[in-house]
Amino acid sequence: MGKVIITTGNYSAAYAAKAAKVDVVAAYPITPQTSIIEKISEFIEKGEMKAEYIRVESEHSAMAACIGASVAGARTFTATSAHGLALMHEMLHWAAATRAPVVMAVVNRAMGPPWNIWSDHVDSLSQRDTGWMQFYVESNQEIFDTIIQAYRVAEDPEVKMPAMICSDAFILSHTSQPLEILSEEEVEDFLPPYEPPFDITDVDHPVTHGNIVWPEPRGDSPVGYMEFRYLMHQGQLNAKRKIKEIVKEFEKKFGRNHGDLIEKYKVDDADVAIVSMGALAAQAKYVVDLMREEGYRVGAIKLRVFRPFPDDEIREVTKGLKALVVADRNISYGYKGISATEIESALYSLEKRPLVLNFIMGIGGRDVKPEDQRKMIEAAFDIIETGELTKEAEWYGLLR
Amino acid sequence: MQSSSSLLEKLPLTPLSKPAKGAMGKTGSWRTLKPVIDLNKCTKCGLCWLYCPEATVIFTKEEGPKIDYVYCKGCGICAEECPAKAIDMVREF
Ligand code: SF4
Ligand code: SF4
Repeated sequence: MGKVIITTGNYSAAYAAKAAKVDVVAAYPITPQTSIIEKISEFIEKGEMKAEYIRVESEHSAMAACIGASVAGARTFTATSAHGLALMHEMLHWAAATRAPVVMAVVNRAMGPPWNIWSDHVDSLSQRDTGWMQFYVESNQEIFDTIIQAYRVAEDPEVKMPAMICSDAFILSHTSQPLEILSEEEVEDFLPPYEPPFDITDVDHPVTHGNIVWPEPRGDSPVGYMEFRYLMHQGQLNAKRKIKEIVKEFEKKFGRNHGDLIEKYKVDDADVAIVSMGALAAQAKYVVDLMREEGYRVGAIKLRVFRPFPDDEIREVTKGLKALVVADRNISYGYKGISATEIESALYSLEKRPLVLNFIMGIGGRDVKPEDQRKMIEAAFDIIETGELTKEAEWYGLLR
Repeated sequence: MQSSSSLLEKLPLTPLSKPAKGAMGKTGSWRTLKPVIDLNKCTKCGLCWLYCPEATVIFTKEEGPKIDYVYCKGCGICAEECPAKAIDMVREF
């Protein structure tokens, strides 16, 4: 058992980067992420962490530096939020396509204008198709543990894709909770040093990344561009299996399990379940307990991994449910909540599927209290009775 | 659809190329300005060789720099970096 301290979500991420023996950190400050990289630079300055900290002039450069370091064989870490993540967008594609297993802490924050620094998941969900794996966590301990797990998954030879660990602004980033810190030695057993797939430091046998690949096979290349995109897709699909294996191994070693692709809570005999991402998944379990005491057959599902998307797992866990509440801390303008569209698409292939109620809530950090989640669940029980389901997402708590 | 294939298994994860001379063709034809070295001013410091992004400056300590005009694309970096101002960019067209 490691040392237990009381600390914030951001410091939990910094402690995880230290425990993972990260070699290179390149980052640019942005609220609410800044205290992650401040803590890391403090570790490095004090000589407690043997890493190279590259100071850069923007998040675009931060990710470019991370890609270079990762391709050269370094275990690489960075952190960002909202506009910083948006500025990285081009380089996010680059990192995934060059198969650089960079791990990044994303502290979810609303996009401006108008300026708002509170929690909202649109920043990371907008990066859905860049090839990055995405984990959404509910506690400071889960931030720490997931960063360690994510390096194992990302660096796996069958995966080799980058990963972001997303946590809610302030609700986790600046809130203190107990954290068990695993030592570098304990972590090293679980996470051995990184072995890169190519040795670009071998100057006698030089190779170039980022060359041209044509639509069809040409010259020395037996395949075209499309085949390399298929390999990236395979890497993501392999990650589904790897995440399950690695989460089990982590539990055996350290005694904690936060779920693999999803986490289910009291769903097996339930009529209704509520799906949440991030910190609200923790509160949902509390609400489920309260309602269970009153006799409601209700459960909770945490959507822990958003890419690769757990479609089989969603189909399996919702079997037997009459209705599913999907609570989205995001909106895809002109349609509905982003996780709801993905979940509905996964359910479509089933003959018998639960009704899906989508709530848009908590946008820009608006508070979502236990009684709010309870009202969403009660609405689902009402609809089972009446059968009157509205197809559009409901903006929960909107002032009119 | 997702049958495994020996072709895909043999691929590296991401495209890699091995640098080869003239892989992009004779890039000298891209040039409009040509670097011309005045060997009387040249101190044989080797910076033009170091900075040339196309590796088209051939350099020995004894003979100093010589430019391979078949591949020199005329970017002018060597002229910019030369501390002795020994390289002039001369219009070719
Ligand atoms: S002009 Fe550019 S390409 Fe040509 S020798 Fe000078 S640095 Fe190299
Ligand atoms: S940089 Fe200038 S002085 Fe130095 S070797 Fe090249 S031409 Fe000569």
